[in-house]
Amino acid sequence: MIPSILDTFTAVLDKNGLLLAFSIVGLTVWLAYWVSERLTFGRIHGSAIAIAIGLAAASLGGWLTGGKNGVADLPVLAGVGLMGGTMFRDLSIVATAFGVQFHELVKSGFIGIVSLLLGLLLSFAAGGAIAVVFGYRDAPSITTIGAGAATYIVGPITGTAVHASSDVLTLSVATGLVKAILVMVLTPWLAPSIGLNNPRSAMIFGGVMGTNSGVMAGLAATNPKLVPYGAMTATFYTGMGCLLGPSVFFWIVRSIVGS
Amino acid sequence: MVIYGTAILSGCLLGGYFLGKWMGNLVGIESDLGSVGIAMLLLIGTCGLLQKYGRLKPPTESGILFWSSIYIPVVVAMSACQDAYKAISSGWVAIIAGFATVALSFVIVGIMSRLPYSEHAADEK
Repeated sequence: MIPSILDTFTAVLDKNGLLLAFSIVGLTVWLAYWVSERLTFGRIHGSAIAIAIGLAAASLGGWLTGGKNGVADLPVLAGVGLMGGTMFRDLSIVATAFGVQFHELVKSGFIGIVSLLLGLLLSFAAGGAIAVVFGYRDAPSITTIGAGAATYIVGPITGTAVHASSDVLTLSVATGLVKAILVMVLTPWLAPSIGLNNPRSAMIFGGVMGTNSGVMAGLAATNPKLVPYGAMTATFYTGMGCLLGPSVFFWIVRSIVGS
Repeated sequence: MVIYGTAILSGCLLGGYFLGKWMGNLVGIESDLGSVGIAMLLLIGTCGLLQKYGRLKPPTESGILFWSSIYIPVVVAMSACQDAYKAISSGWVAIIAGFATVALSFVIVGIMSRLPYSEHAADEK
């Protein structure tokens, strides 16, 4: 029996997920730039719109499937997961370093390290304070939610190390996700008012924000030239957070709340 | 050959993953320590060396430049794979904690990027 044309069509799509991903993302970017040019007259950058469409699609995908990988949990769109996965993302982000001014990196190296430590301290403090406001009183919970406010990777790693409960772990992941998404969406809007227009401020931005996906997408939508500088500091953030969270920050929180 | 550029790029990323993971293990964390940053430094170093000796031909460069120019679409795909539904449906603690952190961070970036600095001061540290 000859398969129907529809079956053949879906069979081709199922087998070539990455090709479908390239096509769909290409269409999305085209649509986003069209909207940017025609409807916002260039006021909102095309890539910011494209990223917003991506996030909206991700929410829809999560709502439909109940999974945690956005549209990639829809079997037909699994290829988007490969294209937007760590390997492709890191390959293209490292490629942006080609042509980076090495002396810019060295020149801003010190302030980059300062911003990294300050950013981590700040996130832990802000996240921890909100946890206290919402009635969490034990050191593991406060530390874990604070760690989630650093990134959604630091949260569960810290939480596991300090034996926080599993609902607190989930909450810390959610906090980190909210942060990443806010950074993606808000950065292009706020960039002019925070002076985010040169390599040095991009390194500070990467260090203070720290959330890799947020920083990378936020800077891409602001000015792609700044991406490698922000990524350079942000890439150390999660590791530093996992180092300081269960040790220094847990110790500080415990010495304040007592248990 | 274009593949030379992509090979250099991939090699640098593998090197970065390896060194980042190794450093992470060294300080005892279940996460890598700056693998992408290390890979970037490796790439800058390698290309700098090749350029110095005139071995970085335009086709080789294009094997790197393609990947850097595909960056925004890759980020769009990445954003489509975020657990955005969880973020918006997880309740007020996460939303307020995330929002407070981001607001505060933007303020700090604004202040820090306006700090006057001299190159001399940076050299000393």
